[in-house]
Amino acid sequence: MSNMIHMSYEVPPGDFTRAGEASSNLKSSLKKMGVNPEIVRKVAIAMYEGEINMVIHATGGKIDVVVSPEEIEMVLKDQGPGIANIELAMQAGYSTAPDNIRNLGFGAGMGLPNMKKYSDEFKIESTVGVGTTVTMKVKME
Amino acid sequence: MNIEDIRSILGAKYLVGEEWKDREVHTACGSDMMSDVLAFMKDQSVLLTGLCNLQVIRTCEMMDIICIVFVRGKLPDEAMIEMAKEKGIAVLSTGHRMFAACGMLYENGLRGGPDYK
Repeated sequence: MSNMIHMSYEVPPGDFTRAGEASSNLKSSLKKMGVNPEIVRKVAIAMYEGEINMVIHATGGKIDVVVSPEEIEMVLKDQGPGIANIELAMQAGYSTAPDNIRNLGFGAGMGLPNMKKYSDEFKIESTVGVGTTVTMKVKME
Repeated sequence: MNIEDIRSILGAKYLVGEEWKDREVHTACGSDMMSDVLAFMKDQSVLLTGLCNLQVIRTCEMMDIICIVFVRGKLPDEAMIEMAKEKGIAVLSTGHRMFAACGMLYENGLRGGPDYK
């Protein structure tokens, strides 16, 4: 257990410009730990997509990361509106993001599919009116 | 192809990173949608985009993209320039539109990544 590292990040609400700071900080920490650059990139992309989602769809949230010798686990938790139909939300190209977000280069309906693509394990739990929790694991090998 | 070749082919100017001009570029991606960019993972890439906000730099940081070309003469603001410098990403600006800029690089041998699966 002693070789597990825990990190926690707050994602502030509403500030689209600042979104990505948590992922950026995690990326630098993983690089400093000497994690394989390919793994670092997968983790950074998956978390960045999640962080953007938390800002677009929810009121920010919290991200907990556990780094162990075997894997990197990210748990992204928000108290946003929740997702009514997860299956639909997972479809590439499906998006409920507003036009102003599309003008900023997001909302192409690729966020959740990308998060799944770059992680080895992906789990999403959501309750309408309560919030969404995404758990992703990326193996170290 | 290196960053300087890209600058020369596109008649672009350096906004950040002239000192990194010898870095090799292996693949390219042209898009205004950052989520599409994030779906494509390749080493030592250049991104051509007409989108001009801080998330473009963030996206490139996550993807380890080494060079951004802003098309249609778009110019990044000071915050974007600062972040690109800090992250070691070269930034160019060209007057060409997206289609022409991508075509010129393709004609000179630069290719995109594999098809999206």
